[in-house]
Amino acid sequence: MYWKILLFVLMTFVSIAGIAFPIVEKPSVWYEFPFIPGLGENAKIIFFHVPTAWLTVIAFLMSCIYGFKYLKSKNLNDDVKAYVANQLGIIFCILATVTGAVWAKFAWGAFWSWDPRQTSIFALLLIYGAWFALRSSIESEEKRATLSSVYSIIAFVTVPFFIFIMPRIMTGLHPGSADDETSGPIVNFKMNENMLLIFFISLIAFTILYFWMWNIGYKSILLKEKIQKNF
Amino acid sequence: MISKSYNLCIKDIKSELRTRYAINALVMFILVAISVILFSIGNEKIQPELTAGLYWVVIFFSAMSGLSRAFVSEEEKGTTLTLHLIATPDTIFSGKLFFNLILTFFINIIITLLYAAFFEGFVVNNFILFLVTFIFGNIGLAISSTIIASIIAKAGSKGTLYPVLSFPILLPLILTCVQLTIFCFDGTSFDNALYEMAIVVSYDIIMVTISYLLFDFIWKE
Repeated sequence: MYWKILLFVLMTFVSIAGIAFPIVEKPSVWYEFPFIPGLGENAKIIFFHVPTAWLTVIAFLMSCIYGFKYLKSKNLNDDVKAYVANQLGIIFCILATVTGAVWAKFAWGAFWSWDPRQTSIFALLLIYGAWFALRSSIESEEKRATLSSVYSIIAFVTVPFFIFIMPRIMTGLHPGSADDETSGPIVNFKMNENMLLIFFISLIAFTILYFWMWNIGYKSILLKEKIQKNF
Repeated sequence: MISKSYNLCIKDIKSELRTRYAINALVMFILVAISVILFSIGNEKIQPELTAGLYWVVIFFSAMSGLSRAFVSEEEKGTTLTLHLIATPDTIFSGKLFFNLILTFFINIIITLLYAAFFEGFVVNNFILFLVTFIFGNIGLAISSTIIASIIAKAGSKGTLYPVLSFPILLPLILTCVQLTIFCFDGTSFDNALYEMAIVVSYDIIMVTISYLLFDFIWKE
């Protein structure tokens, strides 16, 4: 119960702070964000877009872990958990793609320009799509669980290439690319402390939200199966 | 184990040479794909960047049409259970991997020769880099295709599913190889291409490790 209240408070704070706090040249009070050259007002998307992309990868990690658990234990409940993790993952992946594309229209002038980051999020979307396509093609439950677990592990080992390696060595438009001198790399954090703090609060809030949704999701599927068995 | 997987590979080659179905179909596929590209280009002169991309497109799709046979044909002929009896999963995977490696190198050498003959933009200025890219790229392609082929064979040999499942897995390899091929056309030195080369090599190592770890579970399903 307490963490639901915590989530509510954090989310409200992030929404208000992320949208309403002004961006100024030289921040003097705690509720002002610094001006980042090349980004300006567009920089605020970091509070909402980056967490969705982060959750895409977290969902991937979860389905990989539960796939691994399934292969060890052959317990179908683990497969349900991996399934729900991926269901949420594809939602957050679409959100990250769409918010990124809308942002790109204003920042770069086009919805889609095959920047390395856009390529990677598109590849993640393809992996999710392929995973669900594989699942829908198999009738038997055990076989489906095994093969989709194996596929999610194979897919997960390629994710670091998309998320961490390619965007860092290829030239691109996204903040944090290899040739970005004005606003990146993101890992160096040209944000000030307040912005950084709100960014991390946002990450934490979105992660709690994800785990809550995941919890409800897999419990409802397990209950549904239990009811179907009894009738 | 090595002699057994060698025997398995020889068996695959022999049964392939008996009918020559896959090889004939693949060579025709390559010819058709390249002629479609040539027709669509017409008299245009295309950039080296585009040539590199088209080169890997043909490699990818010919791999997708040929490499799934290794496992799918066993399921079709109903010989999977016999293989279960005579060899361990590791041996079978090695045998199939050897066969797919030979097939990949065979079809890609043909593709490269055809590209060199018909495309003006296909001029390799750094031959050693091209050779290394070609070898490691093909190894990666063969490994990923083999493990996905084994999943496909168990999922009821769905032909259309194969490229769908393989493409995202192969994408890091293909994108890096396209970049490296452009470097070869530009004549970039080996030292400047070291990062991309490292990605391809690490991709190969990661995929071969994970394939051997996971093949057990697929095969016993």
